[in-house]
Amino acid sequence: MSEVETTYVPVEKINIRRRPTAEVAVIGNPNSGKSTLFNRLTGLRQTTGNYPGVTVEKHSGVVQLSNSALELIDLPGIYCLGGFSADERVAVDVLLGRIRGTPRPDGLLVVLDATHLYQGLYLLQQLMEMQLPMVVAMTMTDAATANGTDISIEVLQRHLGGINIYPVVATTGRGLDALKEALETIAEAAAPSIPESWPQLSSIADKLHSSTAGSMPRIEVIQALLHPGSTQSDLLVAQLGKGPVDEISNRLFGDEPPQACEARHRYRWVHGVLQEAQHQAPMIEQFSARSFRWMNRPWPATVLFFVVMALVFQAVFSWAAPLMEGIDLGASLLAEKVALVLPEGAISSFITDGVIAGVGSVLVFLPQILILFLFIIVLEDSGFLARAAFLMDRTMRSVGLSGQSVIPMLSSFACAVPAIMATRVIPDRRDRIATILAAPFMTCSARLPIYALLIAAFVPNQSIGWFNLQGLVLLGLYLLGIVGGLTTAWIMKRSALRGPKPQFALALPEFRWPNLQTVLIKLMERARVFLKRAGTVIFVVAIIVWGLAYFPRSSEIRLNLDAAIEQARASHTAGELEHKLTSLRNEAAADQLAQSYLGRAGRFIEPVFIPLGWDWRVSAAVIAGFPAREVVVAVMGTIYAVGEDAEESSLAGKLRSASWPDGRPIFTVPMVLGLLLFYAWCLQCVATIATIRRETNSWRWPIFAWTYMTVIGYVGALLIYQLGSMA
Amino acid sequence: MTLRELNRGQSARIDQVDARQPGVVRLMVLGLIEGAEVQYESSAIGGDPMEISVYGTAISVRKQQADFFRISPLTSNV
Repeated sequence: MSEVETTYVPVEKINIRRRPTAEVAVIGNPNSGKSTLFNRLTGLRQTTGNYPGVTVEKHSGVVQLSNSALELIDLPGIYCLGGFSADERVAVDVLLGRIRGTPRPDGLLVVLDATHLYQGLYLLQQLMEMQLPMVVAMTMTDAATANGTDISIEVLQRHLGGINIYPVVATTGRGLDALKEALETIAEAAAPSIPESWPQLSSIADKLHSSTAGSMPRIEVIQALLHPGSTQSDLLVAQLGKGPVDEISNRLFGDEPPQACEARHRYRWVHGVLQEAQHQAPMIEQFSARSFRWMNRPWPATVLFFVVMALVFQAVFSWAAPLMEGIDLGASLLAEKVALVLPEGAISSFITDGVIAGVGSVLVFLPQILILFLFIIVLEDSGFLARAAFLMDRTMRSVGLSGQSVIPMLSSFACAVPAIMATRVIPDRRDRIATILAAPFMTCSARLPIYALLIAAFVPNQSIGWFNLQGLVLLGLYLLGIVGGLTTAWIMKRSALRGPKPQFALALPEFRWPNLQTVLIKLMERARVFLKRAGTVIFVVAIIVWGLAYFPRSSEIRLNLDAAIEQARASHTAGELEHKLTSLRNEAAADQLAQSYLGRAGRFIEPVFIPLGWDWRVSAAVIAGFPAREVVVAVMGTIYAVGEDAEESSLAGKLRSASWPDGRPIFTVPMVLGLLLFYAWCLQCVATIATIRRETNSWRWPIFAWTYMTVIGYVGALLIYQLGSMA
Repeated sequence: MTLRELNRGQSARIDQVDARQPGVVRLMVLGLIEGAEVQYESSAIGGDPMEISVYGTAISVRKQQADFFRISPLTSNV
């Protein structure tokens, strides 16, 4: 009898992907380690979608438990259910099931930061009012212990009406198993009892809830009372009449803002809980804490901010340059190979000059954008950006904005599209729109190729003291963008967007080492958003511009070229022939472009741009650049007949020798400076326009932004050219 | 005495908050309410905004709003 060997695999070792059975919202204060915990639980099984009708992305992922799976929804970090900013309003609307097509979550996973229990318990208390099953994860317990803070979980749980609290260290994974076990039964868990911080509000809410015959949930009644003017408040007034609601509000809040009264009651309760549950040992200040404190002093912190930003931009340029050259080279090599295989004609040109060049023109921005965003995410997660907002608040105030506009503006040095999306944290709509209008002025990576081309061609490469003249001009163009953006915000805040001064109340997180996984996931997310929002538009635009520049084809030029090639073959030696053929083909390509739709448009519009010193070729390139400014260099390359594989320096040479019919050079210093200013200020980017439309939810602002920026770009270029030519 | 008059490093207890003034409610939601003990940690250049800590959390407070918080100092002038 032979022995049969059986291997037993424990059930929990079997890796089964289960379908999620319930939806749990993950909610907590900003910087509470919420995203790190979310990433830790869901790993890379995350998806990003949209809430219908809302601009904020829906970020969700699946957590696999031993016997089931849950869908986790990561909500923006908030301090209260007050709904001051767009991010906060979305979080509240999701939690209360107000978004159509998105059912109310089945439970809450609340993230409580052990080092900031004061604010954490405030939010937790408001969440307990929602009467949803709840599991609490306490993060940063290691940091709290290091600070000498002793927290009694049992005492806390008792005050929280029996909600279970699970300490976790998200970075190492300690405590995650117990948390997952608790999540397993969350849908069946009882809702927490309502905290007794404000008995008066509680009993009124109960009463009103029953007098609306249960049609308004208790939590919505509370929201309605606390937020006069909101949709919920209108609903309550419709049910009970204005008089009774006003009378109740008056009794509860007097003449003070309801949220202020709420803060007093709830924080008093939090204070009482912390008196019992948290004990602070006398702090022994460590060297690192002392040095961080020194760095937080006004001058060292401000100097550090500028040094760090200078290093970041330096790194972005020096790291991205070789990658961008590589992508450029790869795209043109691929196009060359394809051109060899395919017969000459429209299809070959479509694939090489349209598709491959189009994809290349999207990909070429990725290195710079990813590197800049990598730095911004690291700076954000380490708490540095909140400090930057704090330090720059006064400066931003002088143009009518607040420190909160600093972060979107820094992002717009990579690309205005994600920058405009980052304005969602700005509470006031007017301030948000002013920031959105200022962001496209910042020098984004799409402006750099044209800056680089014109500077290399027309600015002498010489030193002035310690500085290089070309570098100074580039710096000047960056400053031009900043000045343009800030002046615009200043004008807008004094005219169309006039309103109360923006407020600035921000919690300043302490320095923390960023978590690698969280940083990488965020970076992938931003790359995805860029490729989706900007990439698709840029690609489509590249194809359209190709079509306009390719059609119609003139058979006459084609036949003349064939004849000229025949003639050249007969009259030139082998050595010269290659050169002659290239130049003939380039001239024919330029002639074809001249009579294409784009060329005709350039001639048609030339009178408009003559006062700026631009001939029809520059005009055509500028028109091509209106949907996406990055195609300008490529169009100039073709229009000045340089051929596919020519170096950019030879394009620079061609530009230098380009002349008017009477022999005067086209690219004079005033004309080039005007052209640079036009590029610095003009809104030549359909992706940005579409994003402004999405985020402001109207056509008014994108149309205004486009018109305004085009006009000041034109007028600026006109003034520089005319004044410069007089001298 | 108001929060604006506090010296760097000094701590105080908040006695009274004028919640009707603009920008004050947001600060109250972050925990700056009557009875809270606060400390003036640092500031931006020019002393505005101020960095005020409450229960270990640093909060940015503009001087304009600091005027609306009446306080009694807990430590003497450092």
